[in-house]
Amino acid sequence: MSFPSELKYSKDHEWVRVDGDKAVLGITSHAAEALGDVVFVELPEEGDAIAAGEAFGSVESVKAVSDVFCPVSGNVAAINEALLDAPELINSDPYGEGWMIEIELEDVSQLDELLSAAEYEAFLKEE
Amino acid sequence: MLNLKRTPLYEAHVALGAKMVDFGGWEMPVQYSGIVAEHHAVRNEAGLFDVSHMGEFIVKGPEALNVLHKLLTADFSKQKIGQCMYAIMCYPTGGAVDDLIVYKMDEDEYMLVVNAGNKDKDFDWITEHMQGFKAELVDQSDETGLVALQGPKSVAILQPLTDISLDSLKPYWFAKGKVLGKDCLVSRTGYTGEEGFEVYCAAADTALIWDGILKEGEGVVLPAGLGARDSLRFEAKMPLYGHELDENITPLEAGLGRFVALDREDDFIGKEALAKQKAEGLSRRIRGFEMVGRGIARAEYPVKKDGVVIGHVTSGMPAPTVGKNLGNVLINQEFSEVGTEFDVEIRGKDIKAVIIKTPFLKKEAK
Repeated sequence: MSFPSELKYSKDHEWVRVDGDKAVLGITSHAAEALGDVVFVELPEEGDAIAAGEAFGSVESVKAVSDVFCPVSGNVAAINEALLDAPELINSDPYGEGWMIEIELEDVSQLDELLSAAEYEAFLKEE
Repeated sequence: MLNLKRTPLYEAHVALGAKMVDFGGWEMPVQYSGIVAEHHAVRNEAGLFDVSHMGEFIVKGPEALNVLHKLLTADFSKQKIGQCMYAIMCYPTGGAVDDLIVYKMDEDEYMLVVNAGNKDKDFDWITEHMQGFKAELVDQSDETGLVALQGPKSVAILQPLTDISLDSLKPYWFAKGKVLGKDCLVSRTGYTGEEGFEVYCAAADTALIWDGILKEGEGVVLPAGLGARDSLRFEAKMPLYGHELDENITPLEAGLGRFVALDREDDFIGKEALAKQKAEGLSRRIRGFEMVGRGIARAEYPVKKDGVVIGHVTSGMPAPTVGKNLGNVLINQEFSEVGTEFDVEIRGKDIKAVIIKTPFLKKEAK
């Protein structure tokens, strides 16, 4: 398991890569591993408005379904359509090709509530 | 995980890197290498499961058969020593207390293998209803280990380890003998839709037998967890208690009528209700379905026709061998024909599905 230091993390096990007023989101390697082989991904549509704390999609294994929560508010700018045919990218490359959505940040101050890589790792140990 | 029971193989699972979960009060491996890989291993080669959490009861005495006939749906009068029979234990309503396998060990002696999560309830139920019979009930679950070797390579792996002639062991028969030098009972049974064996042994010998089978099958057999067990049984249309069968779903509704001997002369608990249900016709039944729209149905999701709820999903998942998103549904009779379309409500959205024939997985004749 790895937690790239340039990313921010939520306690619901999502990662956020900030790029100006946009951010790319996915689930952490910890979440992907806990779920097992991802076989199905549900994503929102471009333009959907999502509020912080809301589920924006789901990832499913043979056994279980997990909602994926959005730690920041905004409109969906892009979705990773490759996941619809190749959901296993979430396991093989959670921080790269396994990205889920890009969002136009509505309130950049929401980013302050997210964890650094070190804080997230410490959080996992407590959990 | 506090207060969970562990099988004799707990340390072996941890050493193999299993992901452990709470299953009916037991700390059990849900997967090792991954559910999909383990599922394919069983279909194509072999997988080894720890099912030591299952309960084993002995019913013995001159009236043991009478006890079975009072409590269970099958007709055991023609069962031979060495033969296994599947049956359902019903409430007077026809709903199921449990489903189980009965091993005829000897004249007047039977072993009942019951679901782990139902074991205590079953023991109390049997005890209550065998009063007055010349028979005794003994719970041997804690002293008994059980591993299931399943898949097309299971004979090749197990035969070198045992003095039992596996080729002459027919499906749903068992034999006693040695496995890795230990006293065992081996039955040609399983819960995967593949050929395979279940090996009952003394709890203290379970780890030796588990390790020995994995070693013998190295490169072929994978340890397999409860996740693969569920996806395998699901594709083969085997019911799971609490899903396709429970206290509110009768064996007739579950499509298990061939295990219900309504023509037996003596009565079993639930017979009257089941005979009435059969005479009046079923109002709902378990059916298999395939998702038409994009989505995965899961247990408990409501199913609807024109917005009206007509049943619920009992099991659902992406079926690894079939390669489709499938499910079982308890659905009103009028919508149960193959080809009938309906909607599954998946997290607030209605997604189209269609009733299909089962079992989902059709095995080629050998």
